[in-house]
Amino acid sequence: MTCLPSSPSGKRLGLVIDLDTCVGCHACAVACKEWNAGGHSAPLTDTDPYGADPTGVWFNRIHSFEAGDGPAGRTVHFPKSCLHCDEPACVTVCPTGASYKRAEDGIVLVNPDTCIGCKLCSWACPYGAREYDEDEGVMKKCTLCVDRIENQNIPEIDRVPACVSTCPSHARHYGDLGDPASAVSQLVAARGGFDLMPELGYRPVNKYLPPRPREAPAPAPVARVEEGGLPGFLGWVDRVLSR
Amino acid sequence: MHPSASVIVFTVASGAGYGLLAALALLAAFGLIVPNAGLGLVGFGLALALITAGLLSSTLHLGHPERAWRAFSQWRSSWLSREAVAAVATYVPAILLAAVFVLFDAPGWLIAVLGLLAAAGAVATIICTAMIYRSLKPISAWHNRLTVPGYLLLGAATGLALAHAILAAFGSPASAVAGAGAIAALAAAFIQKRAYWRLIDETSAASTPETATGLGAIGRVRLFEPPHTGRNYLMREMGFSVARKHAEALRRIVLVAGFVGPAWAVALGIGLSSQGSAGGMTVVLGTAAAAAALVGALVERWLFFAEARHTTMLYYGAERA
Repeated sequence: MTCLPSSPSGKRLGLVIDLDTCVGCHACAVACKEWNAGGHSAPLTDTDPYGADPTGVWFNRIHSFEAGDGPAGRTVHFPKSCLHCDEPACVTVCPTGASYKRAEDGIVLVNPDTCIGCKLCSWACPYGAREYDEDEGVMKKCTLCVDRIENQNIPEIDRVPACVSTCPSHARHYGDLGDPASAVSQLVAARGGFDLMPELGYRPVNKYLPPRPREAPAPAPVARVEEGGLPGFLGWVDRVLSR
Repeated sequence: MHPSASVIVFTVASGAGYGLLAALALLAAFGLIVPNAGLGLVGFGLALALITAGLLSSTLHLGHPERAWRAFSQWRSSWLSREAVAAVATYVPAILLAAVFVLFDAPGWLIAVLGLLAAAGAVATIICTAMIYRSLKPISAWHNRLTVPGYLLLGAATGLALAHAILAAFGSPASAVAGAGAIAALAAAFIQKRAYWRLIDETSAASTPETATGLGAIGRVRLFEPPHTGRNYLMREMGFSVARKHAEALRRIVLVAGFVGPAWAVALGIGLSSQGSAGGMTVVLGTAAAAAALVGALVERWLFFAEARHTTMLYYGAERA
């Protein structure tokens, strides 16, 4: 059903992405593609993968932005995937019931067996989180790796989204943002985590942590000139060579 | 937004079909046209053909057209589903009205009831179509108060122009009523579209690269590196843009060929027929007016998509949405 759950559990699984430590290596995007090409929404079709104009479905893409100018300017790497919003218009616009938000944990998913491929959900998402699979004729999106986080057949340490487990700079965190005591909620509170495009009212679950303020750069070292020249042996060498 | 031919043809054809259906149904309900097999077959036949062609066209852009029946299920939340339900529900009074118009000498009250139901269904379906676009917050050119009136007026203008031409061809005195309605709707559409274009030119979306990234506190935000060198679905679907000078030329075509020309032709045709000239010229002028209004509506609908900007493109280098 594309109406939102009337009695959500209060659990809001999602990601916290640290724009301070992300180095823009795209490892999360590659790990996402690798896992999900065989996961819940498999396959993640590529069209013309070895040709001149390759294109394909990805759930996670890394943009890089410049913010500010001059010494205050920053280059910020910006991973973006589905934010699993509390008010996901992508779900409510769906005419068939293929898009849904799970009452138990808030994950937004697509049922590929009932999706008619009308693409309206991708228009309703302000963040560009949904990508159409031309080959399969259905819409696809980040599943928050439902097939990892609940998977009893893999070690417990691996029961996190693929993007989180692979991130070499620990810029991605996964947890329950509906629980104020969770590690991710405390991280958001401590670092001033924010929503993307809050003005649209989608109330995304995923949060972004801002780049930390940069420490003022140390003043440039000033060359010291000794009055009367260097002392001792070096001074003698200097005086001899300076004649 | 990418102007997809199937959606443009669908919205223009079904808008004109519902407009024609509503015009004939109201004229019948108020007794201005009386049951007539030829008029019923051609008039209601064309309205239902346009509606059906439009609905079939809309399924062409689906990834799985064979699952389209599922779109009737989510009317509680989805305007697209409501549109599907309203479209199918409108067939019932429309086909019954066409049947009594062609086959029986039905009592006036039955025609009045069916006519009012068919007209209400037609208006409701056009409103649902428009609300699909009106409800999309990421597209500020659509998420505003002028989107629904635009769809209603374009449907009324093209439908009444068609009704005028058909009624003139059958020598019905109601053709002047339909013609007057067409002129009024074309004039209203002219004013409405100019107001719409002024609105989208002068207002900018609340979302900016700064709000999209949350980095506005640092300073002005611009794309440094896109995620990949090629294009993706989002860029193809939402990254369409039309050059300013082309948009302005197309707007002038809509105003002149789509509204002013047809209104003038309908007025001339009514004037000629009121002076007792042969009805043939009225039919020719009326048909040309309806054809021009439909072409204008196709160009207008192309612009409606091509000029709309989506917030997703803020992540791909767009400076405004």
